Amino acid sequence: MAVSTVHLDVVSAEDKLFSGDVRSITVTAAEGEMGILPKHTPLLTALKPGMIRLVTDSGDEELFYVAGGIMEVQPDVVTILSDTAVRGGDLDEQAIELSIKEAREAIAHSSPDMSYAEAAAELSRAIAQLRVLQQVRKKRGK
Amino acid sequence: MAVGKEIKTQIGSINNTQKITSAMEMVAASKMRKAQDQMASSRPYADAIREVIGHIAQGDLEYQHPWMVEREVKRVGYIVISTDRGLCGGLNSNEFRMVLRDVQEWKEKGVDVSFAAIGSKATSFLKRVSSNIESQTSGLGDKPALNDLIGTVSVMLNAFDSGEIDRLYLVYNKFVNTMTQQPVLNQLLPLPKSETAKRSHAWDYLYEPDAKTLLDTLLRRFIESQVYQGSVENLASEQAARMVAMKAATDNAGELIDELQLIYNKARQAAITQEISEIVSGAGAV
Repeated sequence: MAVSTVHLDVVSAEDKLFSGDVRSITVTAAEGEMGILPKHTPLLTALKPGMIRLVTDSGDEELFYVAGGIMEVQPDVVTILSDTAVRGGDLDEQAIELSIKEAREAIAHSSPDMSYAEAAAELSRAIAQLRVLQQVRKKRGK
Repeated sequence: MAVGKEIKTQIGSINNTQKITSAMEMVAASKMRKAQDQMASSRPYADAIREVIGHIAQGDLEYQHPWMVEREVKRVGYIVISTDRGLCGGLNSNEFRMVLRDVQEWKEKGVDVSFAAIGSKATSFLKRVSSNIESQTSGLGDKPALNDLIGTVSVMLNAFDSGEIDRLYLVYNKFVNTMTQQPVLNQLLPLPKSETAKRSHAWDYLYEPDAKTLLDTLLRRFIESQVYQGSVENLASEQAARMVAMKAATDNAGELIDELQLIYNKARQAAITQEISEIVSGAGAV
């Protein structure tokens, strides 16, 4: 094998999104972005809402959005347990922009149905989704 | 002619029963398909998290979570998942028999037991055999939600944390295929060590942000996902068992009707023959 790879599983509570060998993985961990290559030392980390970028065995790049979760890294296998995950291509831009707008409004005038913390969390999720979507677009545009 | 009037009514009532059982069979078949989908969609997560926990159990971690430490067993807890409704063959009774056998084994060692029941059949059964029911939920319906289970699970987890129970088992019916459902008893706490070969050297994870928060969340997620998966599997098992039981009932009703029909026809023919022979012999006498 020319390029070394690591087996990756991405699962959410409802679905298995990805299972296969990858060359590299980039995730948004609790303390910042993090890149994982094969033969990484064991690592356990919480994930923040953000993007998972992975390069498959054949060199293709794939993007996912996760709403948070946990990642476990072993030298030969990586598992991402996400609360919710969406394939980059399945994101809906209009819905995201709507939820950004709503979250911004809720932050600006604190309403009784949404607390500040909830609104801020919603906003960070939506912004992360939008970023994933933009990346997907950029890649397609190439 | 009054011949076989009772048989006629009997056939009629069996016919009605057959209609009901065949309707129930079809309902169960369609519900089973839904339950199977649900089961299939949450299975990857449950499998993945079990694998991760297996890795963790092998490591030499800086933070020893209380859920991972074996301790002397003075009392065991069971979370028993059953159906809410009956008419599903021997599904529940097989499961309960397995629980009883296990409880018996512990009792012989002088270990006490306590239960948490999910599903009304488990509640009523456990009330009969034991007085130590810590909590119970029922009425989960066709789509069990994690929120409905968390309360019951938390009660048992708290009991483990406070040292009231030293071991926790999960009992449910595993869906093998439509014809086979198997009751299984899994140890939840302390986390069982995975059977894969142990690594030779000691290792630990890098943690971000820190070991305690991560393991707390991860282990709690694990327990919840196992219980959820158990309840979804049990639901699929219930529908499959009911479908099979109702199919058998429908077939039996059909056989019974055929037999009764035969008896009825014979009785009617006998009555006709007798009448003719009476007429003939009457005519001969004249």
